[in-house]
Amino acid sequence: MDSPQAVIEFRDVSYHLPNGREILRHLILQVQRGEILVLLGRSGSGKTTALKLVNRLLELSEGELRVEGRPARKWDVIKLRRHIGYAIQDVGLFPHFTIERNIGLVPAIENWPKEKVAKRVEELIHLVGLNGDVALRYPHQLSGGQRQRVGVARALAADPPILLMDEPFGALDPLTRSDLQREFLSLQQKLCKTVLFVTHDLREAMLLGSRIALLEEGRLVSISTQEEFLTSSNPLVKKYVEVFGTTLESSGKRDNA
Amino acid sequence: MNFWNFIAQNKLEIADLTLEHLWMVSISTLLAVAVGIPLGILITRRPSLRKPVIATANIIQTIPSLALFGFLLPAPWIGDRAGRLAILALTLYALLPLIRNTYAGINGVEHAVVEAARGMGLTDWQLLFKVELPLAASVILAGIRVAIVISIGLATIAAAIGAGGLGELIFRGLAMVNNAVILAGAIPAALMALLADTLLGWLEKKLAPQRAA
Repeated sequence: MDSPQAVIEFRDVSYHLPNGREILRHLILQVQRGEILVLLGRSGSGKTTALKLVNRLLELSEGELRVEGRPARKWDVIKLRRHIGYAIQDVGLFPHFTIERNIGLVPAIENWPKEKVAKRVEELIHLVGLNGDVALRYPHQLSGGQRQRVGVARALAADPPILLMDEPFGALDPLTRSDLQREFLSLQQKLCKTVLFVTHDLREAMLLGSRIALLEEGRLVSISTQEEFLTSSNPLVKKYVEVFGTTLESSGKRDNA
Repeated sequence: MNFWNFIAQNKLEIADLTLEHLWMVSISTLLAVAVGIPLGILITRRPSLRKPVIATANIIQTIPSLALFGFLLPAPWIGDRAGRLAILALTLYALLPLIRNTYAGINGVEHAVVEAARGMGLTDWQLLFKVELPLAASVILAGIRVAIVISIGLATIAAAIGAGGLGELIFRGLAMVNNAVILAGAIPAALMALLADTLLGWLEKKLAPQRAA
């Protein structure tokens, strides 16, 4: 039962609101080291909730969730969160900090020496494809795409082995989104983080995911590789593939041309 | 006796009363800040306390000022000296804008910013001091500004219980039916309020968080 490779493990996890409404039901899921597991589902399917249970922004109601083999509730919550990078759709950059301070905040409060923080920030700015001159600007002076890059850089700042990403590219225009997805993929090949990635976009899931887990109304419908997903006989999976089918095909044609 | 003559003849007394006025307002504002801001923070952390705290501050606000000065007279230690009493009353009146603005300022910090801060592992104190308070600063300062302007006006009534300040001249002028004397108290008080308002307004703008373009 215990797999040494599972970095994040949902063991029969349920989450319900104080009023009793069930958001997640009996989720069983393992995220292996170095993979990008995509949680796919429509709004309200429980995918964001599942993500927030991992870094304990929400506390699960039943079951057990293990991070690095250890129950999440046994972790010191601050240590747990600093072990896990977190990037969200609305980015949430600190508007009163420069980009430099935004990215370097966690290293700074972890008491890294100043020079080491500065070096790390510079490295990260280039790693996410930004120009060095953004360092001293404020978030409101950046474009949406640039802000999202800063968000990813900030999540990577203290070099956490795990990343949680909640539709980080969702609010971007299609071209910028596609750029960032590709860059993220090549970045991931370099860094080999363990990533749990939430999206409602099957195209994004197909592009990024090592495996795709489909959630619907708080339940896990299927978990499979991309190829298996496309050929699955599960009716809900089929529906997804159908809806996205035309765009998937046309993108395929474009690539062949 | 005309206004300018009265000013010229009593400039030392007017300066004295102005200082006394300023003293009452400053001390009571400092006390209100020391109590109101922590209370405002507390109710962002314990939502169940929000209603009772705000309601209490609201009720205090509705007590007519003259009556509040009277109510406090029998209080031990406080009631011994009119100055103490006036400062306590002014502090109580200043609480509401401080509590409310601290609460509103912290609650108004963008949800994504707080979520990101928590998600990256900031402790509660780090979240408060590095993120929430700096971003709420201009709203909290707006509360302090309102509190000070209200206090400067209210402090004139403190003269009714013998606490001094510029109200002294106003009450004297009323008794003498002499507008020049009333104005000698009212105009410096009004100027003080305007000055404080302008100064804090300027500071508030400086502290306002940068907005998305």
